Amino acid sequence: MTAALQTPASTVRGDSEDQRTQVPAADHHTAEALDRARVAAARVTDPEMPMLTLVDLGVLRDVAIEDGRVVMTITPTYSGCPAMATMRDDLQRELQDAGFEGAEVRVSLTPAWTSDWITEEGRKALKGAGISPPGQAPQHTGPVVLTLMPTKRALTCTLCGSANVKLSSEFGPTACKAMYQCLDCLEPFQHVKEI
Amino acid sequence: MTNEPSIHVDHDEAGANIEHGDHENAYSGLLVNDAHWAFGTDFEDPLAGVDTTVPSGVDPKDLAAYCLMLGDDALVFSQRISEWCSSAPDLEEDIALANIALDLLGQSRLLLARSAAADPSLVPQLPEGSPVPDEDRLAFFREDLAFRNVRLAEVPNGDFAEAVAKILIYSTWRLAIFERLQSSRDSVLSAIAVKGVKEMSYHRDFAGRWVLTLARGTEESKTRLLTALEGLWPLWDELFETHPVEASVAAAGIGVDPAEVADEAGVILDQVFAAAGIERPERGALAGVRGQKGRDGLHTEALSKMLADMQVVARQYPEGQW
Repeated sequence: MTAALQTPASTVRGDSEDQRTQVPAADHHTAEALDRARVAAARVTDPEMPMLTLVDLGVLRDVAIEDGRVVMTITPTYSGCPAMATMRDDLQRELQDAGFEGAEVRVSLTPAWTSDWITEEGRKALKGAGISPPGQAPQHTGPVVLTLMPTKRALTCTLCGSANVKLSSEFGPTACKAMYQCLDCLEPFQHVKEI
Repeated sequence: MTNEPSIHVDHDEAGANIEHGDHENAYSGLLVNDAHWAFGTDFEDPLAGVDTTVPSGVDPKDLAAYCLMLGDDALVFSQRISEWCSSAPDLEEDIALANIALDLLGQSRLLLARSAAADPSLVPQLPEGSPVPDEDRLAFFREDLAFRNVRLAEVPNGDFAEAVAKILIYSTWRLAIFERLQSSRDSVLSAIAVKGVKEMSYHRDFAGRWVLTLARGTEESKTRLLTALEGLWPLWDELFETHPVEASVAAAGIGVDPAEVADEAGVILDQVFAAAGIERPERGALAGVRGQKGRDGLHTEALSKMLADMQVVARQYPEGQW
């Protein structure tokens, strides 16, 4: 069973996976435990968007075992993300239920989270829940461009599929979402912002 | 710890509170498990697991003082914007303002935590056993004269035109600084800046669009916008004055000399004004007191009143569990 996280923290993950394949005997127990820990961590969902796991959201960056203890790394979506403490608690609770006492959760600020890390699975789950998934995040090379006209996004209404939609606000009920309205079926819907 | 309120609640298997009758308290369930709150109430270190080693070639005290300046800007302005909560012209703008305030509060929390990690002597002492984390000690237990924010951040709120004008000025200035701060040699400051740039790009666009809308709206909306800009303009120059701490951290490759971004920020603002069909206000700069301004801890009376409001509960219960 592989429970590899689909996150960009591939270097760290790669190291632990290499260990697993190279040392079959002594560390077999650790490798098996790591698998179980990853499976447990991968079950935890985002407190604000429960249709997404933290893996789908790209927030859970790494699961490792250090000195016999599970250490997980998460990264905030926004500086003021109020859900970080809950994510940590949920991860620790899930790991405890899976038999891992005292799991540690660390915060990683670099590299900064981007909506591009939301997995394909996550995008499908968002759509399924009536939330429009983000497009490609803007690349900030050189000065940030001032945009005085509403951001143009090629979106479709999550209810009726119409492309005739209007941005009502760049700021929605959570820090990571914008508000749209469909001009055909009139349904308002949320869109996860590109960041 | 003494005088700590404690409430004991029993649960049945489903987790519901078992009523005992003798101490029925509608809030008791909330104190049992943090998960019952929307996002938990306990404190955690926002820099848990982050390497806060001070880079070579910079005085830790300068780094801490610099982070305090940036953190106070964000904290004080966040508090001001959050005062709009439930008072904006419509729900969308109310939520937008709350979102902007939240982003700034998050930036402030990280900056103040970074400041405390670089120079623990800055952090106010509280009674032993107090659970208040360092960044909250800095936010809630310092006097007004210890705050190092620019005075623009503390200006009392006016109407909605004043709010968007102030956010435009602040985010134009701040974005220019954070764009450079991304390459700071301090990995924590750099990470805060990378994230902040993404967030404040949205803030600047939001405010810029509203400035356009108001300027090209009715005579009334245009008049209000121009009045707001006139009132704020005396605080523009202060944003680009170099404090010795800023000069020191800039020379060390850790911070940004705000004077360096003056032209760039001015050009951006002029683009907004040109699109809006309005002129840059012509008002002289607000003087300091014996040359001292916000970065020196010299503030307007408005800051003291704002802090009294913001800090009173935390100060009343320095050992409180929330």
